[in-house]
Amino acid sequence: MAFIDAFRNRYQTEIDGIKAAGLFKEERYIHSPQSSDIEVEFPAGSKIKKCINICANNYLGLSSHPEVIAAAHAGLDSRGYGMSSVRFICGTQDIHRELENRLTEFLGTEDTLLFPSCMDANAGFFEACLNEQDVMIADRLVHASIVDGMRLCKAMQDTFKHSDMGHLEEKLQEHMDKRSRMIITDGVFSMDGDMAKLDEIVELAEKYDAMVFLDDSHASGFIGRTGRGTHEHCGVLGKIDVITTTLGKALGGASGGCVSGRRELVEMCRQRARPFLFSNSVAPVIVAGALKVMELITATTERRDKLEWNAKYWRGLLKDAGFDIKEGESPIVPVMLYDAKLAQDFARDLFDEGIYAVGFFFPVVAKGQARIRTQLSAAHEKHHLDVAIEAFKKVGEKHAVLGLGKKELLARAGA
Amino acid sequence: MDEITKLVRDYVIREYLEEGDDREITETTPLISGGIVDSFSMVSLKRFLEKKCNVQIPDACATPDAFDTVQGIVALVHRFQKAQPVTV
Repeated sequence: MAFIDAFRNRYQTEIDGIKAAGLFKEERYIHSPQSSDIEVEFPAGSKIKKCINICANNYLGLSSHPEVIAAAHAGLDSRGYGMSSVRFICGTQDIHRELENRLTEFLGTEDTLLFPSCMDANAGFFEACLNEQDVMIADRLVHASIVDGMRLCKAMQDTFKHSDMGHLEEKLQEHMDKRSRMIITDGVFSMDGDMAKLDEIVELAEKYDAMVFLDDSHASGFIGRTGRGTHEHCGVLGKIDVITTTLGKALGGASGGCVSGRRELVEMCRQRARPFLFSNSVAPVIVAGALKVMELITATTERRDKLEWNAKYWRGLLKDAGFDIKEGESPIVPVMLYDAKLAQDFARDLFDEGIYAVGFFFPVVAKGQARIRTQLSAAHEKHHLDVAIEAFKKVGEKHAVLGLGKKELLARAGA
Repeated sequence: MDEITKLVRDYVIREYLEEGDDREITETTPLISGGIVDSFSMVSLKRFLEKKCNVQIPDACATPDAFDTVQGIVALVHRFQKAQPVTV
């Protein structure tokens, strides 16, 4: 055994440091399927508690939908459990092709390639498609997986201030000497819930011959009139060169992701993206479930409409109660507290009241921007939100944050 | 405050602080460890220095530690300005 005491001590010291900094993450064990009502064991070993879940990415409430489960069962029976192979050896089934075609049609692109996750899609795309002759210009609040993907790529990296089109234009002008420019953005930003100004981004891309990369993980299936995503919402369907998205949120919530976009870029990923080339195929059971999801969401907009109603209703409840929230239109509604310890205490107290929500603080969000991120679902009924707001009010009163604006909350946090 | 210090400080304020962010940036404010400049954005800072100060900073020296304060950045610029051969 080579795991000598010095090694163990080194890691333990690091773990102790994470704990001392208040950044230690603990898992909560859920004993039920994912939904609005869940059964949670937390802390580990404690009695199971029934909670309303208000922090899942289960936007369309399809994670435990009976038709999705039935389709997944059927897929398991007809195509087996696993492929025991990467895609290009002997891991591609007819249903992989079918799902890729359905996604292409849904997203309004030219071609699609499935990845084990959107994290993998983002990690693999840039290295496969760009090199030192190119430049990547990313919004400063893009998801961590894009940051990792950009780090793996030899192209020059640059950033623009969050949703600041003037700053983006300056950067595009600065990099006109590069062979190609790629503007990189999330569709809906996961921490603030705001949307990229995709129409303006596309306009700038056309002016400066730049490609547009969009991670629409927090939008696919429900943003836009028919749920196609942020590009539909902003009226630029067909004008985005690359869309990455996930099957792990609104589109069933299991796992898997994709790169969808210009045929040549997707082909480059098929040939060169390492997470695609060196990971097993998405399991048949997930593909079969996702195909049913695509069928459900293209048949009716009922679920995205309900989600939109829920988000609007919840935002209204929080505002009326006197919470400081981030304005927006998405089902991500951050309740701003600014102070990391307060966010943790607040989440713990909500849990005691039967509401499962999580506090987010540095390094996940900027220092002094701690919050409770609430996320709505089409699986929420009005009564869930009415119960949840009572708990929020009770905890808000306890911590004396109701009616306080950003300035007062920041002053309280000592910022 | 010398010319380069002012140049760097002004650039940091203009480039990295959002509108309405009135945090004071001094010569010793932690920029990267303080979450003001992320490691990605260091690239644009390095490019700016190279262009404005006519200096080449090797990638190996452009570390988050070296770029963590205005003071550190200015020291780096001076170091590589001096290292360059003088042309007549």
